[in-house]
Amino acid sequence: MRILVVEDDLEAQRYLVNGLKEAGHVVDDAADGETGLTLALSRPYDVAIIDRMLPKMDGLKVVADMREHSNVTPVLFLSALSEVDDRVKGLKAGGDDYLTKPYAFVELLARIDALMRRRSPQAVKTRLQVGDLELDLLTRTAQRAGADIDLQPREFRLLEYLMRHASQVVTRTMLLESVWEYHFDPQTNVIDVHISRLRAKIDKGFDTALLHTVRGAGYMIRATRTAA
Amino acid sequence: MRAPSILRTQAYRIVLVYVAVFAISVAALIAFTYWNTRRALDAQTDQTIEAEIVGLSEQYQQLGLYGLGQVVRSRSEHSGLGLYLLADRFKRRIVGNLDPWPANMEHPDNFVEFDYQRPIESGFETRRARGRVFALAGGINLLVARDVHERYLTERLFTTTLPWTVGLVLLLGLVGGAMMSRNMLARLDSINRTSAEIIDGDFSRRVPVGDSHDEFDVLAENLNAMLDRIERLMKGVREVTDSVAHDLRTPLNRLRNRLEATLRHLDPASAETTEIEAAVAETDSLITTFNALLLIAEADAGVTRGEMAPIDLAPIAEDMAELYAPLAEEKGVALKIEPAGATMIDGNRSLISQALANLVDNAIKYTPSGGQVTVTALETPDGVELRVADSGPGIPLDERARVVERFVRLEASRNSPGTGLGLSLVAAVARLHDAKLLLQDNRPGLRAVMRFPRPAPRAR
Repeated sequence: MRILVVEDDLEAQRYLVNGLKEAGHVVDDAADGETGLTLALSRPYDVAIIDRMLPKMDGLKVVADMREHSNVTPVLFLSALSEVDDRVKGLKAGGDDYLTKPYAFVELLARIDALMRRRSPQAVKTRLQVGDLELDLLTRTAQRAGADIDLQPREFRLLEYLMRHASQVVTRTMLLESVWEYHFDPQTNVIDVHISRLRAKIDKGFDTALLHTVRGAGYMIRATRTAA
Repeated sequence: MRAPSILRTQAYRIVLVYVAVFAISVAALIAFTYWNTRRALDAQTDQTIEAEIVGLSEQYQQLGLYGLGQVVRSRSEHSGLGLYLLADRFKRRIVGNLDPWPANMEHPDNFVEFDYQRPIESGFETRRARGRVFALAGGINLLVARDVHERYLTERLFTTTLPWTVGLVLLLGLVGGAMMSRNMLARLDSINRTSAEIIDGDFSRRVPVGDSHDEFDVLAENLNAMLDRIERLMKGVREVTDSVAHDLRTPLNRLRNRLEATLRHLDPASAETTEIEAAVAETDSLITTFNALLLIAEADAGVTRGEMAPIDLAPIAEDMAELYAPLAEEKGVALKIEPAGATMIDGNRSLISQALANLVDNAIKYTPSGGQVTVTALETPDGVELRVADSGPGIPLDERARVVERFVRLEASRNSPGTGLGLSLVAAVARLHDAKLLLQDNRPGLRAVMRFPRPAPRAR
């Protein structure tokens, strides 16, 4: 995937670019808003990672200009500014996601994966399938190996989100944001407890586990251990 | 904010007092003038009468009764204001320009006042006179008097004018006072309205300044200068929190980046990996504390005011109860949600959910297995409330005020995980919403209540 990184903190930029390259992405970088905007408008990118505060042109302005030029590249804002109302401003300006520094690199990676997946147009699915686990989005039912699994509505949404992002790392904050639609920092492992209940329902009694914990990052649902 | 009724304003009360004092002064002045004038006029009259009496008495002594009669007759004929009457023992006139003997005379040996009839073109008119009566030998009575009708009229004028004057003074004073109060009220009202708008968060508002340079304009200018200063300070606080956020997050970000980059190139099974993962965890806990502190600082400075919107507390309460239900169940604590009615407030959903999550998290943490935690959103006469009640150990009365301070942790909980910022953050969120954080006794346990003011009805 082709990624644009616009970040004026050169050290942070270096780690970011290296990390993304190691993860197998092709990365262009810019250290100021104007260069960033020129690059964003001249080449197609799958995702742009843009710092909120940039020299020459503010990050918000860069994205607003991109959107004005009908550029729909998904944008993830990075910000070292205080969070509470800045996030709202970033999303209003045309950003697709927002991450406050300091962030975990795995969190960033998971979010840009999700952004890129969101971009590739998918046929409207009525069924999701991972291995022998099936989710019927119309009847709101789940089956594993043909056996019905009884899910609470929230568990269904949790599983649906995980299956839509099958073979991708999904972080705890992404789950809280997407499944519960809240954005805050839960102090304890509330999400983990929900995941372990879901895991008990879908994996218990089966030889192969589908729902995996990704150490230091989050969770992933996938059919086999070797995939991903 | 409604304008108070004119009658209840301080200005009008001051006017009332002044009008009363002024009216009393006017009445006293008029009464004093009247009394003095009358005294002076009476003295003049009495002096004239005395002089006449002295003259008449000389005549009487030299010429006898007949001579007195002559003198009385001659004086009666060309007297201006003088009145004379010489009468026999039956008070019948012998000679003089007054007839009959006036009735209702009191204190006959001193000065007396009486009414008499004076012929005018069309009959008679009743006039006022003042004089003295002497009893002469042989039952003869002599009345020497002067017409004091002018004085009497003046006196009448005073007594009829006084109530009217006082009444007019009162009326004019009250009307003038009302107009003055209304004017003052209008100007105070514009200051009050502006203040209310600023309290609501619109720091760009300023009090309108007139061009008369009176004390209200000076007040308005001073208020505006003060507001400029407050706005500058607020902006300063915002810039400081922003730059503190930026300047601390940038190095923390690099630190985390380095640790993560190192981690990626290490054998996951090695001892170094474990160490560096622990360092990452420490960094994350540092970040959590820092974020909470920053949020508290922002809340204290009121800088996130702009993001308030009408929100419903009940779904947030339900969502948080649902989010924490498995955690509670795992600990053997029953987490219940109580149904709610109208629970709309003006607020920031993200901050309120964070605050409620902290309260629920605390409640579950401190409630022993077998206990219960109840989350309620409801409207009460005092406002709209979010309540989290638990059956844990509660907080002793004397420690309740202290636990909302930053980093305060009670002795009993010192060994359980947490930043010590949870409740201070809830308190900060409450302050941002003009809400109160109340820590009450749940008998047993703690009941934490966030009491929000009802949303102001707005025409938008």
